[in-house]
Amino acid sequence: MIVVIDYNVGNVKSVCNAFRHIGCESVLSRDPKTIEQASGLVLPGVAAFGFAVNALGSLAELVKEIALSGRPLLGICVGYQMLFETSSEYGRHKGLGLITGDVVPIPPGRVIPHMGWNLVELPEDMDLFAGLGGEKHFYFAHSFCAEPSDEMAKIAYTDYGFELVASVQKDNIYGTQFHPEKSGKSGLKVLQNFYNICENFNSGSRYLDAHRE
Amino acid sequence: MLIENRLTKYDIPNTKYDFMLTRRIIPCLDVKDNRVVKGVNFLNLRDAGDPVELGARYSDTGADELVFLDITATIRSRKTIVELVEKVAANVFIPFTVGGGIQSVEQMDELLRSGAEKVSVNTAAVDNPELLAEAAQRFGNQCVVLAIDARRSKERKGRWQVCVKAGTEPTDIDVVQWAVKAEKLGAGEILLTSMDADGTKAGYDNELNKAVTDAVNIPVIASGGAGNLDHLYDAIVDGGADAVLMASITHFGNYTITQMKQYLRDKGIPVNL
Repeated sequence: MIVVIDYNVGNVKSVCNAFRHIGCESVLSRDPKTIEQASGLVLPGVAAFGFAVNALGSLAELVKEIALSGRPLLGICVGYQMLFETSSEYGRHKGLGLITGDVVPIPPGRVIPHMGWNLVELPEDMDLFAGLGGEKHFYFAHSFCAEPSDEMAKIAYTDYGFELVASVQKDNIYGTQFHPEKSGKSGLKVLQNFYNICENFNSGSRYLDAHRE
Repeated sequence: MLIENRLTKYDIPNTKYDFMLTRRIIPCLDVKDNRVVKGVNFLNLRDAGDPVELGARYSDTGADELVFLDITATIRSRKTIVELVEKVAANVFIPFTVGGGIQSVEQMDELLRSGAEKVSVNTAAVDNPELLAEAAQRFGNQCVVLAIDARRSKERKGRWQVCVKAGTEPTDIDVVQWAVKAEKLGAGEILLTSMDADGTKAGYDNELNKAVTDAVNIPVIASGGAGNLDHLYDAIVDGGADAVLMASITHFGNYTITQMKQYLRDKGIPVNL
């Protein structure tokens, strides 16, 4: 089952509500045992970066460990930003460092926060965006943005007067700056895709386990 | 339809954008005793339906966002509003803001954890501006909406005064100065309601909208006075609004969200349609 990590920040429940709405099982939990047994993890979040990192606390190591073991992880909004190495939101903070790059303020010269529905160019061949077509609107609400130094990890962009990275993927680690749980039908499709990724991963590893014996 | 948007992206006059971020259409649900109500100039309330049903309907029919304002805002209604937010969040998959009587960061946290995307504060921020800073450092400024109820000043021509306590108490605070200060403190968005225009359906106060959108760099939601489709366009183009909020014209079935968006799109405004 997908575990949505409950770590005392806003809007964690909305992700579970969205999974329930599309008939996908998920559970909201901060219990290390439950998290260890997850088919995949979602790191959601509405919070300032520093607050979120502190709130995640000792669960950070467990999340990293599971992600590095190959199980699917999806970071959303500040959960996405936490995948990177550092952030400069209200001070200097360290992230999980699962993807190389930093979280920096959106460059001035435009309305900030970047707030609302923006058009995201989606790659055709990425499983997170399967069935969505070339471009769709998604809901953004953020004042800081990730600058991945890992070029290969960038998978989707939006235009906010500069090329803003909207989504990353590095192997089994996924992230979206936008909120799929608040982006209507297109967003629900992204969550359905992530659910499928987790299901496929687990049936794959069950297959491997069975053949090892 | 996306290609049409593309072609017109540099053609919108008098706005701060030269790219594709869509302008938002935001139905506002004023909630009193678990019902949506709508008045004129903040008075003469009329029933407009069940908040959860109405919210889900808007979410399904293309609204970009919703605002729920608890206009009872008493201690007894606090619990009711949290329960309402939970019910709405289970059925609504677009962002929504909750406001009305919020006093503290703890109350904001409760509402955000119940499923709201953003919280709006008005009176409490006027009484204690530091609340905006405290909230922004905890939740990020994108979560913190400052609601301003603005009334044209009788003494100072071309200025507006901030009103608090659901519009019942005028203050000496100048709206534009307050907006600028709030942005510095940590407000991430301004919900700007013209009390003079509210419920009149005579159009937004675009002098007010322009004065504020010129002064701040955070998004501004124009509110109060929407009566027809031209009013929405004018608020965006003349008022510089990033989003337009409405109640009467959509609750009582004058226009659907799709009609609003089609109209704006045909006039060159990027919308999520």
